[in-house]
Amino acid sequence: MIYSLLVLSSPFSGHCSRSAAQFAHCVIARGHTIHRIFFLDAGTLASAASSVSAQDEDTSLRSWSELAGQHGVDLAICITSALKHGMLDQVEADRHERPCATINPLFTVSGLGQLVDACASSDRLITFGG
Amino acid sequence: MTAAPKKTVLIVLRHSPYGSGLAKAALDAALASAAFDQAVDLLFIGDGVLQLQPDQDSTSLGIKNMGRRLASLPLYDIDHVYVDAQAAARYNMDLSKAPLHTRQLDDHEIHQLMVCYDHLLGF
Repeated sequence: MIYSLLVLSSPFSGHCSRSAAQFAHCVIARGHTIHRIFFLDAGTLASAASSVSAQDEDTSLRSWSELAGQHGVDLAICITSALKHGMLDQVEADRHERPCATINPLFTVSGLGQLVDACASSDRLITFGG
Repeated sequence: MTAAPKKTVLIVLRHSPYGSGLAKAALDAALASAAFDQAVDLLFIGDGVLQLQPDQDSTSLGIKNMGRRLASLPLYDIDHVYVDAQAAARYNMDLSKAPLHTRQLDDHEIHQLMVCYDHLLGF
């Protein structure tokens, strides 16, 4: 079965972002496919490249990295939400004259069309957060 | 966009209009779906019914007026808008003055509605 996930809440508040990553790992372990994980609103903060967690806390970025790196999962962040939350790739940083990129390059900045496509292309679309 | 078959989507709005970015995110998603010619309907439940409050004024918040954005939805062919009747009654809402024409549903009808769609997007 083809799944897509929509992540709405920040990884720094509550457990929904982390649950989404764990769910994605389980879906893949069960032999299903993740078409895309789309990050919207505060969910885009999951892409923060330079956030620093307390030493005794796990960072969810590692979980996302594994999904993208080992399983080739498409991690797409909504550009409007991303810009608002200060999450910029190099192209956007240059365009808006900001000093540097702030997102982890495993994430791609894209539009809401990618969420619409995820709806159209997936058997299940699961929302986390909100 | 891939040439995947069209899916029906119900966007479920559960939060108040200005308490978080979720109401705006839901509207953005609805408009994007409509722009890509997808079948999308809306359901306001719980605190989400407050988004339908008439005569909203968000000037002092420095945020776009959500009521006015909602009123524009029929222009994008988003015509089917449903409301949790129990929540609307709890907040004493006058839906006749809401920015959108809505249909009120009881809990049983909400359940019947939800099972009709390929996807539910909850905001």
